[in-house]
Amino acid sequence: MFDKTLAELAGGLAAGDFSSLELTESCLGRIKSQDAAYNSFITVTEELALSQARAADSLRAAGKAGIFTGLPLAHKDIFCTQGVRTSCASRMLDNFIAPYDATLVRKFNDAGAVTLGKTNMDEFAMGSSNESSFYGPSRNPWDTDRVPGGSSGGSAAAIAARLVPAATGTDTGGSIRQPAALCGITGLKPTYGRVSRYGMIAFASSLDQAGPMARTAEDAALMLNVMAGFDPMDSTCVEREVPDYSASLNDSLEGLRIGLPKEYFADNLNPAIAEQVQNAIREFEKLGASVREISLPNTALAVPAYYIIAPAEASTNLSRFDGVRYGYRCDNPVDLEDLYKRSRGEGFGDEVKRRIMVGTYALSAGYYDAYYRKAQQARRLIQQDFIQALSEVDVIMGPTTPQPAFRIGEKSSDPVQMYMEDIYTLALNLAGLPGMSVPCGLAQGLPVGLQIIGNYFSEAKLLNVAHRFQQATDWHTLAPASIKG
Amino acid sequence: MEWETVIGLEIHVQLATKTKIFSGSSTAFGAEPNTQASAVDLALPGTLPVFNENALRMAVMFGLAIDAEIGKRSVFERKNYFYPDLPKGYQTTQLAEPVVGRGHVDIELADGRIQQVRIHHAHLEEDAGKSLHEDFHGMTGIDLNRAGTPLIEIVTEPDMRNAEEAVAFARKLHSLVTSLGICDGNMAEGSLRFDVNVSVRPKGTETLGTRTETKNLNSFRFMEEAIELEVERQIDVIEGGGEIRQETRLYNGDTKVARAMRSKEEANDYRYFPCPDLLPIVIDDAYIEAVRATLPILPAQWKATFVEQYGLSEYDASVLSSNNVQAAYYDQVAKSCGDGKLAANWVMGELARLLNQHDTDIKASPVSAEQLGGLLTRIKDDTISGNIAKKVFEAMWLEGGSADEIIDAKGLKQVTDSGAIEGIVDQVIASSDKQVEQYKAAEPDKRGKMLGFFMGQVMKASGGKANPGAVTGILKQKLDALCD
Repeated sequence: MFDKTLAELAGGLAAGDFSSLELTESCLGRIKSQDAAYNSFITVTEELALSQARAADSLRAAGKAGIFTGLPLAHKDIFCTQGVRTSCASRMLDNFIAPYDATLVRKFNDAGAVTLGKTNMDEFAMGSSNESSFYGPSRNPWDTDRVPGGSSGGSAAAIAARLVPAATGTDTGGSIRQPAALCGITGLKPTYGRVSRYGMIAFASSLDQAGPMARTAEDAALMLNVMAGFDPMDSTCVEREVPDYSASLNDSLEGLRIGLPKEYFADNLNPAIAEQVQNAIREFEKLGASVREISLPNTALAVPAYYIIAPAEASTNLSRFDGVRYGYRCDNPVDLEDLYKRSRGEGFGDEVKRRIMVGTYALSAGYYDAYYRKAQQARRLIQQDFIQALSEVDVIMGPTTPQPAFRIGEKSSDPVQMYMEDIYTLALNLAGLPGMSVPCGLAQGLPVGLQIIGNYFSEAKLLNVAHRFQQATDWHTLAPASIKG
Repeated sequence: MEWETVIGLEIHVQLATKTKIFSGSSTAFGAEPNTQASAVDLALPGTLPVFNENALRMAVMFGLAIDAEIGKRSVFERKNYFYPDLPKGYQTTQLAEPVVGRGHVDIELADGRIQQVRIHHAHLEEDAGKSLHEDFHGMTGIDLNRAGTPLIEIVTEPDMRNAEEAVAFARKLHSLVTSLGICDGNMAEGSLRFDVNVSVRPKGTETLGTRTETKNLNSFRFMEEAIELEVERQIDVIEGGGEIRQETRLYNGDTKVARAMRSKEEANDYRYFPCPDLLPIVIDDAYIEAVRATLPILPAQWKATFVEQYGLSEYDASVLSSNNVQAAYYDQVAKSCGDGKLAANWVMGELARLLNQHDTDIKASPVSAEQLGGLLTRIKDDTISGNIAKKVFEAMWLEGGSADEIIDAKGLKQVTDSGAIEGIVDQVIASSDKQVEQYKAAEPDKRGKMLGFFMGQVMKASGGKANPGAVTGILKQKLDALCD
């Protein structure tokens, strides 16, 4: 049962092969017995899961089940879940029990989903390795000495280890796609504004976007059907019709125009990854697609622009964590300034502090024009690159990451090297475009991700492209050798 | 040396929306602490702001009322600083692209001069919560009920030259925002708060002196006191060889003492930048015109009508137009009695006196404009004299009823019948030998002044009901006949 996809599990539930309670107990059992090796969960919500499973089974018995009724999943610990600790993997929120559900959580609850727990992540989603978590790093099931990627590393590891069939993630600069690539699963970052951000703890508001993480594109489509849509509680959420993402999965790729940005196949790309991506492209040619080289000339601006804008927004988004109303408060503050300094000094980890300081500096009087304004200009140039390219091709493809999963500790002492990990992913967040990562092979025995980028609100097309690829290949079915039945 | 004072104001106006600017919580004043603070107001993790369109509408109303450019696109920015009553660690406000651009407000001074005060801009923002220092020993309480109340902050140019002008402007602004219905005007509750920027310079020079800002003045009187105190202080410092530091000051209206709060060097770097959680507000001409159509009659329009239509002085017209309720009341009284000046005298005189005496305002006046108009009509048609009218008015205030009902019930109708008046006049003349002799002995051109005594006697004998005009005529005629 643990090796089944969401779609298969939905079929099993509908056919009465097993109940949601049985399925949920099976998942909880696996988490309990195996997650010590992966540390992919911060909180397991056993009681909640069992009661939701029972409720789902009753609904089904009453003939009122929908497609998602009784399907188990986990939420990244960045989404507020009522009555459950929502920590953002930070000491700052280790004691924070959310008094409300994020819109996304509510939508899954309303759809009848079962919440297994809250997954590990980089602290406040700041990181590409899961090493900045207050709860210790999550580990890559393909090699537990290696990182699962980040920041949605716990979600990716839990899916790869077959502890859960699916999980939610968030992507500010690659935080869904990069861990999906490193753990050999499928992840989708939707268009900015497609999924509500209400109740998702903000890192960089203009870049953050929630999305599905699962084993297959088919499952990601099932999840996106639940997640996508307008939310009056989020002013940046777009009021736009939501298509049935499952409906077009099998559309033909005949005539699909694929662009390969030459900048994404440059020097720092691991040759083994380049080879697997090229193999995948040939697979698409077999499916009827045409391929051409394109250029995204401002690619080199993406990392510097991103590391101004994201920290700038983060520096003020995280001001609310001040020890006054909730969250961590230092012992025996002597005055207000001491309360602020020690609560924040002790409550935040190093990477979060680094980004707050960078962002504060970038917004300071006298530096704003040199940094923040310039970064916004670069952002527009990057966006123009994509708009131009996507006027000539239907999708852009390339590697998700330059390297496969690295060892825990390997990059944690060099932030800039860590930031380069997201070189292919974060331009997309700057442009607000949707993108996916799908497994497309192994390099040195570790998963390789193929990134597929499309135009605004082309999620259905991306899922269709990814699904046809997964119909033609079996990379997405590979499981890490370490997992046990 | 002679000094010139330069004053500019920043005014925080709480908008009278039912709910907050970025959340659905109530803005009502006076609730138990933190009972009107939602997840958004508490800045719980993950919460997001949703803009209240009513606040925009009210800000646009204000902009139209001061003849300002309306920002077709305005942008919320974050002003970052830490304070316990600022839950997000930043205030959502506007800076580079405010909703209201340049405009002006005209003020009338006591000497009748009209002066224009230019408005630099007005922007939308959210109010902070309150820190409560008194009730918690050794601790500070935080009440977030006020956090997120919509404000417009209005910034003037430094166009005022003394406390009188600043206060006249403040009063004018108060009357404007209350007439528009966008603010309840309750200064004691902080609905309208004034920050005063003051500097001095040698008279005749152009360069502005270093200014100080005195914050959060919540009464006109405190504002006047604070300005006068600060001007005096600045002149003393400069004349004593010192320099003015740019600083923020607080004035305590109870102790009449001002003190420095923080200097420019200690000021925060607010790190303003566009708020990524809110989209720019974009409006078009159709929106602006739709708002314009909802504007009530404004003080300036009332005033012009009162001067042109009723022949009032600028001053009287200003006073009567200063708030919408009073202006509408006066207008109705004037229309109903057909005499604008008489109506003005009564509204500003007797009515104001009784309102004041009973510590109430015109909204709660027990005498309606219709009743007062009816009363003045009876003065106009000589049914009663002005003095009798005051008695009728007091009865009206206490017991209600129309002027005619009261006049009838109390038998106050003026005696205009000349036969009856002649009888009284004859009696008075017959019993006033001494005064009649004096009258006769006087030079003919001095006799007019001596009529007063006889008038008084006749009015007294008639119980005040004799028509004074008729009495004068008859008296003069009969006394002069005795002199021949």
